[in-house]
Amino acid sequence: MTAGSSERRPSAAFEYLTTRKDEFVGWARKFSLFPYPFVTACCAMEFMSVSSTLYDTDRFGAALPRFTPRQSDLLMVVGTVTHKQAPILLKVYEQMCEPKWVIAFGVCATSGGFYQNYAALPGIDKIIPVDLYIPGCPPRPEMVIDGIMKLQDRIAGDRHAIINEKF
Amino acid sequence: MAEEATVAHGTLVLLIEPARLLEVVRTLKDTLGFDMFLDVTAVDWPERNPRFDVVWHFYSTRQHVRVRIKARVPERDPTVDSLIGLYGSARYMERECHDMYGIVFRGNDDLRPILLYEGFEGHPLRKDYPKQKEQPLVPYRASEARK
Amino acid sequence: MSLKLPNPIRPAFDKGGTDSAVIVNIGPSHPATHGTIQIVAELDGERVVRTDVHCGYLHRGFEKECESHTWHNLIPYVDRLNYCSALINDFAYCEAVEKLMDIEITPRCRHLRTLLSEYSRIADHLTCIAAALMELGAMTAFLYLVTIRDYIYEHLAALTGARVTYSYGRIGGLANDVPEGWLKRLGEILDEMDTFTGRVHGLVDRNRIFIDRTRDVGVLGTAEAINWGFTGPILRSTGAARDLRKDTPYLSYAELDFEVPVGIKGDNYDRYYVRMREIDESAHMIRQLVDMLEPGPINVDDRRCVFPEKTLVYNEIESLINHFKLVMEGPQVPPGEVYSAQEGANGELGFYVVSVGGGVPWKVHCRSPSFVHMGGVHRMLDGYQLADIVPTFGSVNMIGGECDR
Repeated sequence: MTAGSSERRPSAAFEYLTTRKDEFVGWARKFSLFPYPFVTACCAMEFMSVSSTLYDTDRFGAALPRFTPRQSDLLMVVGTVTHKQAPILLKVYEQMCEPKWVIAFGVCATSGGFYQNYAALPGIDKIIPVDLYIPGCPPRPEMVIDGIMKLQDRIAGDRHAIINEKF
Repeated sequence: MAEEATVAHGTLVLLIEPARLLEVVRTLKDTLGFDMFLDVTAVDWPERNPRFDVVWHFYSTRQHVRVRIKARVPERDPTVDSLIGLYGSARYMERECHDMYGIVFRGNDDLRPILLYEGFEGHPLRKDYPKQKEQPLVPYRASEARK
Repeated sequence: MSLKLPNPIRPAFDKGGTDSAVIVNIGPSHPATHGTIQIVAELDGERVVRTDVHCGYLHRGFEKECESHTWHNLIPYVDRLNYCSALINDFAYCEAVEKLMDIEITPRCRHLRTLLSEYSRIADHLTCIAAALMELGAMTAFLYLVTIRDYIYEHLAALTGARVTYSYGRIGGLANDVPEGWLKRLGEILDEMDTFTGRVHGLVDRNRIFIDRTRDVGVLGTAEAINWGFTGPILRSTGAARDLRKDTPYLSYAELDFEVPVGIKGDNYDRYYVRMREIDESAHMIRQLVDMLEPGPINVDDRRCVFPEKTLVYNEIESLINHFKLVMEGPQVPPGEVYSAQEGANGELGFYVVSVGGGVPWKVHCRSPSFVHMGGVHRMLDGYQLADIVPTFGSVNMIGGECDR
């Protein structure tokens, strides 16, 4: 740090505390995901399977779906989104509060799947930002769990600007 | 009663004049016992005039028999009579046929889009509608990266 | 951020009939509407005065896709119509094309198709009942039934390679024969299913809350049901014993001994009970079919549509060219049209297929029971309470892929 610079670098002790805080908040957030299952099509069958007893998402804390976007933080777009449905998806996404994550569940949500025609939206990332793409038609429950674990790694590694030097 | 009657793979097919539709269907329903209206759809033959074949299927729940009725309508006036006075299920099926092909059902005052959405122009199942011509309702995002 | 989003629908009414009426929008992203149905309801207090049901949010252009794929290539599209019982769609479509081509399938294929159709019907009914009960709060019943459904999915994955959408039917036969030990596992699953459905019966059948929520709710009479085009378990719950498997037998149903369960009042309780009884009847049919299965070929010996053996393809020029033509151009189906219907899990699933010769269809239309039911569901919703929409809709078993195609 050079003398006379206008920026003050935070002390090492402060950095240690904020990284611990980030880890703690990341751990809390990743194990208490409240999914909003935006369910449209066949992938719903695998979503029901992955939420049930044999492949449990409750182990990851992601079992309790919240059917209102105001109370959820993980938007799982399960199945094909058509152009007719697109305004509704955007509205639901905008109603969610930060921090929020989006999973494109299935190949239709990722890229439109094999419905490349006038009716289907070619991937939900055309209208909302997506954090995780799970391909498959429909994906096996193990793939979904793998995807959720990857998302949890990302959530754990995020910086969480709750406490910083200004607060 | 019909212009032409054939049997196609075990089903009786009647080709009729569009103007005689209500009379024929009423006979089928009241006299012959075809109490269930199964389906109405259309077939597009773009090189032929009249262009569309409107196809109705009926089923008799007592005799377990099906019948198919066809009528030919031209492109400039694709109008047939509606069956909502005889069968309640005709309402939604005629809306779908109108959506997909543009067939107008005289007497059905509710021909709002059912499978498509408000603002969609054109009739996708016609052969001259390109399959990949999308009409998005929500404009696409500029970048596909996260935020 | 203020969003001005376009409204994809135009509701039939936007003002109530009386001053105290409230217009409420339910769906299309709503847990009780099973995916993608929007109900615009006019409410007078808690009572539903009239409803306007909007479907089409899952219209994926199935029929347009069919016109640009060969007869074989569109089997995966057909699968995704009624995705809860995907095998029935496969076989109904293949039967329509086989009628056009005048092909009669082998006895083993016929028995296997019947067995798998009933197996798929069980999976569909399990899903419907599980979802309907979960919405009423009976989470345990949901978990029991979905566990069995998961066993069925794994079992079918051992046969077809996929859990939910199988693409297993082929024109002229099936993709492959049953592997070793498959039928034994089938017996085990059916036994376990009997135990679990017995538990669900015990939890729900005489449960005061369930009866209060479903008895005399969503009542439909037989004449009204036929007028509005209802078929399948809904029509049977009104008391009419109409079942395409008995009335116009196809596949091996004529040789099987089974009953057609009917309801008494046409309300939600009857629809639940008819489906539970149909699960039992389907299990009974499957057990009979396992005994009736004889060894033999599963594909008809017809070079027009059945792929030749791989060893022949690699060694003989005729088989190679046959295989090539089937893949690139598709099976050549003679010109004609046919309407072929089977008893799907929801009712009459019909395929109206028009061919002009050649490997690509001119038109494939699916007569889907769910779509027709959506046209008539307002008869079951109007006049009841707002909370009754949930069990009524659950008992109608609207499958989005089938409704909107």
